[in-house]
Amino acid sequence: MRKIWLIIQREYTTRVKNKRFLLITFLMPLLIIGLIFGSAYLTSTGTEHRKIAVVDPNGFIKNSLKNTGQIDFEFPQNIDTSNYSSKGYTDILILPKFDSTQKTNYILRSKKSMGLMMQNSISDKINNAIEDQMLQSAGIRQTVLDSIHKASQYAELKAYEDKGKASKESNAGLAMGIGYASGFLIYITLFIYGTMVMRGVMEEKTNRIAEVIISSVKPFELMLGKIIGIGAVGLTQFILWIILITTLTSVGMGLLPADLQNQVTTLQQTNGQMGGAAGMAQASESAMRIYDMQHTIAMANWPLIIGCFIFYFLGGYLFYSALFAAVGSVVNEDPQDAQSLMFPITMPIIFSYLITNMVTQNPNTPLAFWASIIPFSSPMVMMARIAYGVPSAVTYWELALSMFVLIAGFLFTTWLSGKIYRTGILMYGKKVNWKTMMKWAFTKQF
Amino acid sequence: MRHGFSRITNIFAFKFLPMDTLLSLQHLKKYYATQKAVDDISFDIEKGSIFGLLGPNGAGKTTLLRMITGIFYPDEGQIMLEGKPFNPSEDISKIGYMPEERGMYKKMKIGEQALYLAQLKGLSKADATEKIIYWFKKLEMESWWNKKVEDLSKGMSQKLQFVITVLHEPKLIILDEPFSGLDPLNANLIKDEIYGLAKKGSTIIFSTHRMEQVEEICDHIVLVNLGKKILDGTVADIKQQFKENIFSIETNQIDHISDNPTFSIVRKEGNKVFVKINDGYDSNQVLTHLINNKHNIVAYNELLPSLNEIFIKLVESTHATARAFQNI
Repeated sequence: MRKIWLIIQREYTTRVKNKRFLLITFLMPLLIIGLIFGSAYLTSTGTEHRKIAVVDPNGFIKNSLKNTGQIDFEFPQNIDTSNYSSKGYTDILILPKFDSTQKTNYILRSKKSMGLMMQNSISDKINNAIEDQMLQSAGIRQTVLDSIHKASQYAELKAYEDKGKASKESNAGLAMGIGYASGFLIYITLFIYGTMVMRGVMEEKTNRIAEVIISSVKPFELMLGKIIGIGAVGLTQFILWIILITTLTSVGMGLLPADLQNQVTTLQQTNGQMGGAAGMAQASESAMRIYDMQHTIAMANWPLIIGCFIFYFLGGYLFYSALFAAVGSVVNEDPQDAQSLMFPITMPIIFSYLITNMVTQNPNTPLAFWASIIPFSSPMVMMARIAYGVPSAVTYWELALSMFVLIAGFLFTTWLSGKIYRTGILMYGKKVNWKTMMKWAFTKQF
Repeated sequence: MRHGFSRITNIFAFKFLPMDTLLSLQHLKKYYATQKAVDDISFDIEKGSIFGLLGPNGAGKTTLLRMITGIFYPDEGQIMLEGKPFNPSEDISKIGYMPEERGMYKKMKIGEQALYLAQLKGLSKADATEKIIYWFKKLEMESWWNKKVEDLSKGMSQKLQFVITVLHEPKLIILDEPFSGLDPLNANLIKDEIYGLAKKGSTIIFSTHRMEQVEEICDHIVLVNLGKKILDGTVADIKQQFKENIFSIETNQIDHISDNPTFSIVRKEGNKVFVKINDGYDSNQVLTHLINNKHNIVAYNELLPSLNEIFIKLVESTHATARAFQNI
């Protein structure tokens, strides 16, 4: 045991002291937060500006096509497809005379093709205008229409998990987000840390230090020490990320203007109600948005999610990294060999990720169930399901079964890889495939 | 029942071993799918001796050494260390092994690396540090502590390998081709250390196919080929065993010497005549003959075969046998 501990220590300290580790650990949260804010900033400001000439024989569309930050609508005379660009317009929108009895097309011509989002926003505006016009011609007054439009802003769907008295507000969007994020994180880390184990084993083999070490410790101890040491590195990185992200967000909150902070606090104290309509007016839109976000995030069962995340990260890591170690042990100098041998390991990881994407939307299909039990995919898929709640989406026995199978799974892969590793690590100059590796694993060697 | 029986045989084995035997291999076998890597090999190694394990490439030396170091388990046979059955997990700290395929972590600092490997052998951190400093001083490596292995030359890292192998003062030191890549100066340095360790009571197994080193260093040798032991004895005995009764006679009247009943001439070279003593005669009779015939003898020496010659002769003959068998 002392020897495994020494190996774990070495694997851990050499990696944690490495400059690259420190860089990634501290830059990654900054990068993620930067990306989120950066992309938000870019979408709000940095896009192209369009000036659209509209030909409208109907007359009622004009009121609905209001200028936005990105689009200016103008209704000039004497314009057609031949002269719009010489008159300084980027696009021309030609509307026919709308007739409620038959389908008609309207045409947009552009110098540069328009993005889908912008197209959709224009067609929404026109279709709404037509709808309003039809309602008005059916005898509904404009004031009634306006109040109907407002109604949709007052009512919102709130779904609850039914747990008797302790019913809790649930949020499918949040569950999907958490499920997706944790599945993706496990997917990425399986690759990063799995290949790290593989490269570590390859390093020991190609440096020819393997035989020196296994004259002091058993090959299995060396392999296990490496896997545990690198796993500890991964865990350290996660914990540092969680700490960094929470501190960074609270620091970010502290940098908000004081009155905004006060509004958010008031909203928190009053549970989102700021003394009726007057209160609503007091809270600015940004304060409402921040409060909403905090309120939504607080809905999730974080201790359960983080606990399960750590379990499934470690379980998945142990399950796959042992296989990566086996591959590393049979590879000679040529990294090309590693590529082809890795294929049977990376395929299930990629598949599981694809399944996870489906499961985040539909947590209770038979595919979701089986994929969350089978250890090849359970680390990612089960996390996607757990986000929807335990025991409402995943029953306790399913969770227990999945965890048990994963533990059995990694014990098996570790045993299997130990047998392959033991033979492979001392084998030089021989090209090996999975068939040979299985033969090593299941027949007596040395 | 079976257990009791084997204990009795162990007691017998212990009794029959001379008290100064450190390691005893008894009918070791190790078969791979395609070949018999070690096929029924037995020999004893005396405490404090420098033992040469010789053989051409692929003879089974490395497999044999890996069994002695506990890396492989023998298919059959037994290894006795200090009279007790060898138990890898316990006895591993009594052995220092420098394999032929040896290396270091390239990016790790040399001091830390030595410390790590010494601790893996069971030394405490303080103990290991003290011993590393002692050896680094002794072999003028003190300035290396914070260097990385990738900055060392091949010879320098070889020296480091040697220190790491002997650091924990093992009773049995196994060196597989320890001089490959060393310049003559460093080779001598290491050679002196090997003598020193043997004098202090360590037993050294020295595996190589470089015969001149074996002749110089080893007390006792075993030659293996194709998984079998084909020679076992002290260097002096083996030379006696393989001598061909050839003598060199140095004289200033080289033309006067001719074939006669006691010897026949093999060849002449400068003022030396090489002769083979005929069956039924000994060297004294040859000398008597030369004196009686008033030859002016300056020097008279027996010519012993070099280990290299014996090695080549034996290996070629076993290969020939192996080939003959393959043809059947």
